[in-house]
Amino acid sequence: MKRGGTAARLVLAGLGAVALAWVTTRLAPFADYQIGTGAAYLCAVAGLTVLTGIGGQLSLGQGGLMAIGAYAFAMTENALAGEGTAAQWTLPASLGVAVAAAAAAGGVMGLAAIRVRGAYLAGFTLAFALAVPAATSLFAVFDGDQGLQVALPGAPAFLGAAFSYQAWQAWIALACAAIVLVVLAWVAGGRLGRTLRAIRDNEAAAQLCGISVARAQTAAFVLTAACAGLGGGVLAMLAQSVTPGAFTLTLSFNLVLAVIVGGLGSLAGAVWGSTLLVLLPYAASTLSGQLGLSGAAAQKLSGNVPLAVSGLLLIGIVMAAPGGLQDLLRRAGRGPRAVVRAGRGRAAGADPATSKTEPPAEVASDR
Amino acid sequence: MFRRTRSRYLAGLAALALVAAAAGCASGPAGSTGSGGSAAASTPGVTSDEIVVGANVPLSGPAAAYSAIPAATKAYFAYVNAHGGVYGRKIVYKALDDGYDPAKTPSVTRQLVLQDHVFAIVGGIGTPTDASVLKFLTSNKVPDLFVGAGSSVFNQPSTYPYTFGSIPDYVIDGKVTAQYVKTTLPGKKVCLLTQDDDSGPSYLQGVQDILGPSGLASHEDYEPTNTNIAPQIGAFKGAGCQVIISNAISPFNALAIGTAAAAGLHAQWVLSTVGDDYSVLSTLLKQAAGPLLAGVVCDNFAPLTGDTSNPWIALWTKVAAQYNDNAPVTDVSEIGYMIGYMFTEALFKAGKDLTRPGIISAMQGGGWTSPGLGPLRFSATDHAGLGGLQLSRIEGGKPVLFGPVYTGDDGSGPVTPVTTPPPAPPASGIPS
Repeated sequence: MKRGGTAARLVLAGLGAVALAWVTTRLAPFADYQIGTGAAYLCAVAGLTVLTGIGGQLSLGQGGLMAIGAYAFAMTENALAGEGTAAQWTLPASLGVAVAAAAAAGGVMGLAAIRVRGAYLAGFTLAFALAVPAATSLFAVFDGDQGLQVALPGAPAFLGAAFSYQAWQAWIALACAAIVLVVLAWVAGGRLGRTLRAIRDNEAAAQLCGISVARAQTAAFVLTAACAGLGGGVLAMLAQSVTPGAFTLTLSFNLVLAVIVGGLGSLAGAVWGSTLLVLLPYAASTLSGQLGLSGAAAQKLSGNVPLAVSGLLLIGIVMAAPGGLQDLLRRAGRGPRAVVRAGRGRAAGADPATSKTEPPAEVASDR
Repeated sequence: MFRRTRSRYLAGLAALALVAAAAGCASGPAGSTGSGGSAAASTPGVTSDEIVVGANVPLSGPAAAYSAIPAATKAYFAYVNAHGGVYGRKIVYKALDDGYDPAKTPSVTRQLVLQDHVFAIVGGIGTPTDASVLKFLTSNKVPDLFVGAGSSVFNQPSTYPYTFGSIPDYVIDGKVTAQYVKTTLPGKKVCLLTQDDDSGPSYLQGVQDILGPSGLASHEDYEPTNTNIAPQIGAFKGAGCQVIISNAISPFNALAIGTAAAAGLHAQWVLSTVGDDYSVLSTLLKQAAGPLLAGVVCDNFAPLTGDTSNPWIALWTKVAAQYNDNAPVTDVSEIGYMIGYMFTEALFKAGKDLTRPGIISAMQGGGWTSPGLGPLRFSATDHAGLGGLQLSRIEGGKPVLFGPVYTGDDGSGPVTPVTTPPPAPPASGIPS
């Protein structure tokens, strides 16, 4: 990454942002809502892909962290809004509280991560993912299964009355996703990223080099949790409500699925994965609707097709392209033979044990 | 270096192509106006020959049994369309699956409102699912009619003026069952069994309104995910319960009645509208159904599905034969037919010039022919829905209605009998 290229990158990124903002205003409101949801999931998936791909820690609790962020956002926003319509500044304030609350929870998880490894860590994060939504039925303030409605400010006045509310929400969501991507890219390419890769590849050797494993892993969990908290807060903003049913164990599994399908350790892969999370159920239900089946068959199909398709996709990706979609695209840039080689399991960064033979530059540049 | 740059361009091009395709496919009429405002200047979902409505329903997942409701509603709309529709407009019903998952309901509802531009949401199912989209529907001024859920959260005309319930809520149900216990079983020890969610406190409120705050000897909750309710039955036995009022769902009522009998607890069971599906109870209790269910008192808001001489049941059976694959009329599907009938009635009342404010006025105005046992409660201050409840007793292997139809409110008003008999459906089966 050359220093001189930073300015060019920033200009390019700025142009991309403007283009994206313009596109959201041309789309139908429902498509804007889907983009917003995809951006919210992207925050969580990007954080998870960094933790799992670069840090080597499997976390099945990302859904629970999103739930903490969402509830913190909802309760803060309702408290700040008071009786009337909320003011514009309450949105970033509530999102900040969501990030802080989730980061605190991430710190707790990090403390556990220091002590347990591998499957036991996965089990702990799994328990976390189950416990957080269940806690909402313990305390009346969360209003149990019914959840909370969120009082939100409308679109700002300077955009005009005709501006689509969904487009405005999509802008906020995309801005949050952009912040998350920039922060994660900066961290992954910097000192913490190198430390995490060192710990992932050989923990004993890293400790011998003087790296504090505990501090690095806790930092990784806090960072991932903050990203998940932001994603959860944005989801609550988009849905204008927060219920425990929105953050079940299935969500945690879907986030891991998105990470694997997109490409472990790759931020661009996180984009593909979160797009899939949003589009798959929608495409499946549209497909089953267009097939024109009889009532009973359509009913059986529409609920289960997304599950079947995502399962098949996961199996296919793991067998044919373990590096995920991003790896597949990258190899496509080198020609068809490289794509075929991907199927033989020689994906960079997917398995630390076998990637030792890959040139180090390959591993360091996953994006 | 060159290879890496090329692959980056490829990835970037792929991304741009995706976005362009999305922009092309997804931008319909709303995209062309640029602002995402409503596609038509006139009422969304209403054209000269169609009325498009939709609902979020559980077609899959743990509550998939309730998918019989939208199937019945769709069948009734097909019946109406075959007989000329409403003022020449056919009703198109889009029931989208949310799997009873409040995480999916916001997405499904937005798809219906923002993409399919439905006129109204009709018969959305589930308390947690529908509650998650109340604010969205209210702020977008979308009529949310005949919600298929029993929570009184949907009866808040000042906060959610576009939302109207359909089936009686837990409070009035609790009041009617408690009133029966108070008048026919005075002096006995009364206990209450509820599900551990929002329905529990609402039902308790209704019961305590009639029996008084200390009227219950014991109150136990159960978790729908835990089929061991021996502890709750044990607590009832310890309290010496002689009457047990239950707002459990039918499978758990069967479990409770069976467990109590095995534990030697002989009490008079009084079941709410939520848990008195006789076919479910008798199927689960198997050979013991006869003796255990005899004399059990149940609360009902609609004609008994086994009563084929009832003109409403005959109408639903006719509609089912022609438009619903001859599916049997059950307690669940009956709700769907009733919702279809009530919505058609509202459309006729709203007039030929159909608008969203118009349908709200029609909902709040009177003059309904109620398909239930009692009258509809809709008014400017009450968005609750069916307000008549009648008790039945299981005799000779089937439920038999007895006593008058009662009505009441969600507050502390008394439970009063309804004097006018329930109306019969119009000869054509379609309101006018």
